[in-house]
Amino acid sequence: MKALEGLKVVEAAAYAAGPVVGKHLVDQGATVVHVESRIRPDGFRTHYPPYKDNIHGLNRSGLFALCNSEKLGITLNLKKGPEALALAKRLVSWADVLVENFSPGTIGRLGLGYETLKEVNPRLIMLSSSNLGQTGPHAHHPGFGSQLSSLAGFTNLTGYRDGSPQILYGPYIDYIAVGYGVVAVLAALEYREATGRGQHIDLAQYETGLQYLAPLLLDYSLNGHIAERDGNRHREASPHGAFPCAGDDNWCVLSVASDEQWRALCQAMDRPDWGGRDEYATAERRQKRADELEARIGEWTRRFEARELVEKLQAAGVPSGVVNGMDQVYDDPQLVHRGQWNRMDHPEIGTMSYQRAPYTLSESDGGPDRRDPLLGEHNEYFYRELLGLSGEEYETLTQEGVID
Amino acid sequence: MTLSEQGPLSPYRILDLTDELGFLCGKTLGDLGADVIKVEPPGGDAARLIGPYLDGGRDPEKSLYWFAFNNNKRGITLDLEPPEGQALFKRLVAKADFVLETFRPGWLEAIGLGHDVIRAANPDTVLVSITPFGLTGPYSRYRATDIEVMAMSGCMSLTGDPDKPPLRVTFPQSYQWTGSYAAMAALVAHTQRRRTGRGEHVDVSAQACMLWGFSHAHTFWDLNRSVEKRAGSFMTGRTITGAKMRVFWPCKDGYLNFIIYGGEAGRKTNQALVEWMAEKGEAPAFLLEKDWRTFNIEQVTQEEIDVMEEPIAEFFTGVTKAEFFEAVTGRGMLGYPVSTAQEILADPQLKARDFWQEVEHPELNRSITYPGGFARFSEFPCRIRRRAPLIGEHNQEVYGEMGLDDGELARLSDQGVI
Repeated sequence: MKALEGLKVVEAAAYAAGPVVGKHLVDQGATVVHVESRIRPDGFRTHYPPYKDNIHGLNRSGLFALCNSEKLGITLNLKKGPEALALAKRLVSWADVLVENFSPGTIGRLGLGYETLKEVNPRLIMLSSSNLGQTGPHAHHPGFGSQLSSLAGFTNLTGYRDGSPQILYGPYIDYIAVGYGVVAVLAALEYREATGRGQHIDLAQYETGLQYLAPLLLDYSLNGHIAERDGNRHREASPHGAFPCAGDDNWCVLSVASDEQWRALCQAMDRPDWGGRDEYATAERRQKRADELEARIGEWTRRFEARELVEKLQAAGVPSGVVNGMDQVYDDPQLVHRGQWNRMDHPEIGTMSYQRAPYTLSESDGGPDRRDPLLGEHNEYFYRELLGLSGEEYETLTQEGVID
Repeated sequence: MTLSEQGPLSPYRILDLTDELGFLCGKTLGDLGADVIKVEPPGGDAARLIGPYLDGGRDPEKSLYWFAFNNNKRGITLDLEPPEGQALFKRLVAKADFVLETFRPGWLEAIGLGHDVIRAANPDTVLVSITPFGLTGPYSRYRATDIEVMAMSGCMSLTGDPDKPPLRVTFPQSYQWTGSYAAMAALVAHTQRRRTGRGEHVDVSAQACMLWGFSHAHTFWDLNRSVEKRAGSFMTGRTITGAKMRVFWPCKDGYLNFIIYGGEAGRKTNQALVEWMAEKGEAPAFLLEKDWRTFNIEQVTQEEIDVMEEPIAEFFTGVTKAEFFEAVTGRGMLGYPVSTAQEILADPQLKARDFWQEVEHPELNRSITYPGGFARFSEFPCRIRRRAPLIGEHNQEVYGEMGLDDGELARLSDQGVI
């Protein structure tokens, strides 16, 4: 049995910040309905590679698949007047949770703001996830996580000293907000269990990201110190960084947090004499000679295959790890051991590796147990079986293009 | 006090035996009202010596890292190894709704407080074990700090210049990812407990938490056997031609994050930028004439991108971060300056939303400005209710609640148990 069985979630959401909240809920057993329309499908279906075999197609996006496994996929064109609005309200009265990530103000203009919806369903928990929050002078500014990660300070802390900031691949901060979004929904559910009351949650991705950098914000406000990027260096530990291994562009990392670990590293390198050398005796001294020291360690590490070297260092008590490439995360022995990937068939993608939760529960199962939906795949099942529309109602709404 | 004043988790007690890998788990649940008790070894947690520090000195009572991630917790000390310490611990567990721990797999078993012992002491408790790689499996005994987690998750392979080593973020990230996702896991197990009445053992892997940090980069391999790699200041994976777009642009006083995007938002942005450049007389004819409605980012070639980016780069060198921020917010363009802590503290949006919170530190005779809650709930507060604890600050209070009198506390203290 899964932990969230019975929880009903509607997502009027697209891209990552909303739908991945639903992804974490569906993985634990919630029934999650992903709402799109044919005139505006989820942007991840239409604008974000990869597509299977590089061939564009609504049902060929790996990113959409990753974020929407096991959900029910339905269509509803909200621009189709009062019938569409009435149907949306029926969805809301069915749901425990509504997740939306329209830009602030939009859902209100559509006639589906929280004040309206709580009349429809006072027990509704509505999560509004946005870039900068629902209020404030910049609330309406559109944005993507790849750029918000810069406003929130992450990219300034990424890169080599004196070099350009570096990107954290994609919408890094969106997935920080996702974690907090799920926490927020579950906290609101707890509150509803005790009080019977639903509520609205205003989740600003910006504000969730700042939680991760809190010590540096205090450092500035108290000490006037502005933290900057410094490659892989560490404020106290040394050596600390990435080192080349045998082969083309293979790397390992290692970190030395104590003099004991330093001596263990020297032993492992067959350079016990370095362990006794004065100029390397303390972390502070090693830091002063970091360039020289890193070059010497690199000469040693490049003689070994990365996994083999990491085994050796771990056995010696030195923290180290392989820099896994994107082709290696699928067969990383530890992730495989945890069953991190669930390979399932998809009619257009073929076999897709769906991602499971980063945690396991001793007495509850975890999904996903079904692939992501094709656009509108579950219209009939959801509207007829779960929402209870009559055959006639369903036909009419389909003909009118409300269910498009 | 009611839930609407104290938060929905205020009926629950949490024992927090985590190091930095798990700090944010208890802190997040504390933001929602839980009574979190941080259990430190006598003398204080080693993580109190993680900087930065107030006024720069290496003082375990002045670590800003500690302040930031251990507020909303009470603090007690307890040595888990001696029999008397273990007996006290079991009494604490018996009253705890959640127990959070980050010990190396095997250590608790070795001292006689294995997971089965903890669960036997209170079958209703949700026990959350947070480790770098998980409790079992080939790497479960590996030692790891932030950089090892960032490496093993795959994150580092995507960050850095192609001709230089892969990079982590200079300020550790994996600890916060792991802590906040562990809070999610704890509440999932708690939701199940409401139905079954029984606790569960939650096994959180930092390596797995961090997988979400780089979004979907791995799916390029899964679908098409192509490997996304670090590309310096450029964004990859948005075209099917392999063209990459510049993300970071030097400006007058730092860097800007601006990307030539496609789609509706991208079209508006590109159009608005060209208009802005034109107002300053810096838009070349080919940009002015470009029909953005037919511009398809997925099909664009590197040559086309390079030609477009050249005048934009030139234009941005004459712009300050503040001017850029005003332009993007005023003109509805996508993009943000690369902010530092200084700029974040001054951001008018955060001020207008009353994000910052002043928290009193009587021991320092001052208040400190903290980032406020992670979300706004219409029904209850999500905020800092108490600053991080001093070493053993709540020994008397917490052990007193268990019925220990001052004499016993003094004896335990003399014996080094607390």
